[in-house]
Amino acid sequence: MTRRRIVGLIAAKDLRIERHSRVVANQVLPFAAVTMVMFGFALDSSDVLERVAPGLVWLATLFSLLVLVQRAFAIETDDGALDALRVAGVDPIAIFWGKALALAVQLAVLEVVLLAAALVLYGAEVHVGGVLLLVTTLVAATCGLAAVGTLYGGLAAGFKGRETLLPLLVFPVVAPVLIGATRAVESALGTAGAAVSEGWPWVGLLAVFAVAFGVGGSLAFGPLVDE
Amino acid sequence: MTLIEQDPLAPRASTSATTGTRATRLLGLATIVSMAWLVAFGLGFSPADRDQEEAVRILYVHVPTIWIAYLAFVVTALASAVYLFGRNHSLGFDRLAGASAEVGVVFVAVTLVVGSLWGRLTWGVFWRWDPRLTTTALLFVSYIGYLAVRRLGGSHHQRARRSSVIGLLAVLEIPLVHWSVRLWRSLHQEATVLDPGGDVDMDGLMLFSLFVGVVSFTLLYVWLLMHRTRAMAMEDLLDDQGLDVALQARRAEAGGL
Repeated sequence: MTRRRIVGLIAAKDLRIERHSRVVANQVLPFAAVTMVMFGFALDSSDVLERVAPGLVWLATLFSLLVLVQRAFAIETDDGALDALRVAGVDPIAIFWGKALALAVQLAVLEVVLLAAALVLYGAEVHVGGVLLLVTTLVAATCGLAAVGTLYGGLAAGFKGRETLLPLLVFPVVAPVLIGATRAVESALGTAGAAVSEGWPWVGLLAVFAVAFGVGGSLAFGPLVDE
Repeated sequence: MTLIEQDPLAPRASTSATTGTRATRLLGLATIVSMAWLVAFGLGFSPADRDQEEAVRILYVHVPTIWIAYLAFVVTALASAVYLFGRNHSLGFDRLAGASAEVGVVFVAVTLVVGSLWGRLTWGVFWRWDPRLTTTALLFVSYIGYLAVRRLGGSHHQRARRSSVIGLLAVLEIPLVHWSVRLWRSLHQEATVLDPGGDVDMDGLMLFSLFVGVVSFTLLYVWLLMHRTRAMAMEDLLDDQGLDVALQARRAEAGGL
């Protein structure tokens, strides 16, 4: 079996589990939505909310990322499925990409929902000129977050205390994504008069991040789960 | 220690009750002497700065600690690489990596605390969102995460493999964090001594005090590193022996039935 086919199978398996269990749809998305409402309570001013809307979208994404990653690896470790995959001789790089792909799909849905929440709740607006930048930013940031999430999720999988360790490991690493994606979305939405052209260097940063952790994750995932 | 006497195969190193040797005692002595020197030069002989006044003396701790912390993290990354890619996967390198990261974290903590005091005196605020400060804070948190990974449990080789991967990933992470935060904003005073393009522009006595600081903290680093590496070796040995002793005890129970 080619690696690409295994990647597809693993991603499809994860998404099928989600389709049957609906954990992300019934728990993670509502959690993300209520986070956005809580931000509204905390900041309590429509001017401020409109100004910080892009940052809040990405903060809520990062919080939800942690929940998604926990979930993605809980389904692997509960029945020793990850060990079974490794014993069956499945290429760890394919496992990494398969898990990351499934995570990326779920993240993308989450980001669209959060962005919609920001438009409705915080009064942010999308302009035609910013759509391309917005979509590119979402894709680049999603790829980077999915790679980092899968890598560190795999590291912590199956150990006591992983719920508390994961945020500590992931947040410093994804700081560039929070910075880059927030600035890029600010440009795309024209927050505080930001021009669309100012957003593209940040997309470059996001792309470099995604490539670095895509490659780094492929190399590191094998030694991490091969125990 | 009766534990060790029972087991004739226990490594010789375990028979030592301390992590000190003649070499570390001499090194410790040298550290104390050079620290005394640093106090004399940093607080006494060196002049106050024209702009920063007495606050400049903080830099004789602030600058050496962050340099040595960087050195410590480089050692962690190198030792991690040697463990991971070396032929015999020696746990000694894993312990060296862990010990170096521990000392590095302590030094970064000193840098951050002392630096924020300096900032309060010079800038009027404890913290500024400037690239080097922010990167350093994230560096600090990242290596706290590294140390947490070392405590996840499992066998010694599991710990070593996981932590060495994290130690190497930091090499990927830190430049990205630095680059992104740098794009984000920049305020920090440009590097004076490690400025790649320029000559060193400092008063001679100040530069010498800084030099004494670097020497002192390097000695302290090496001294702490040696002790921590040996202490970790003893901890690992204790873990292994604890298991052996428990097995023996269970066997004895079974034999008694």
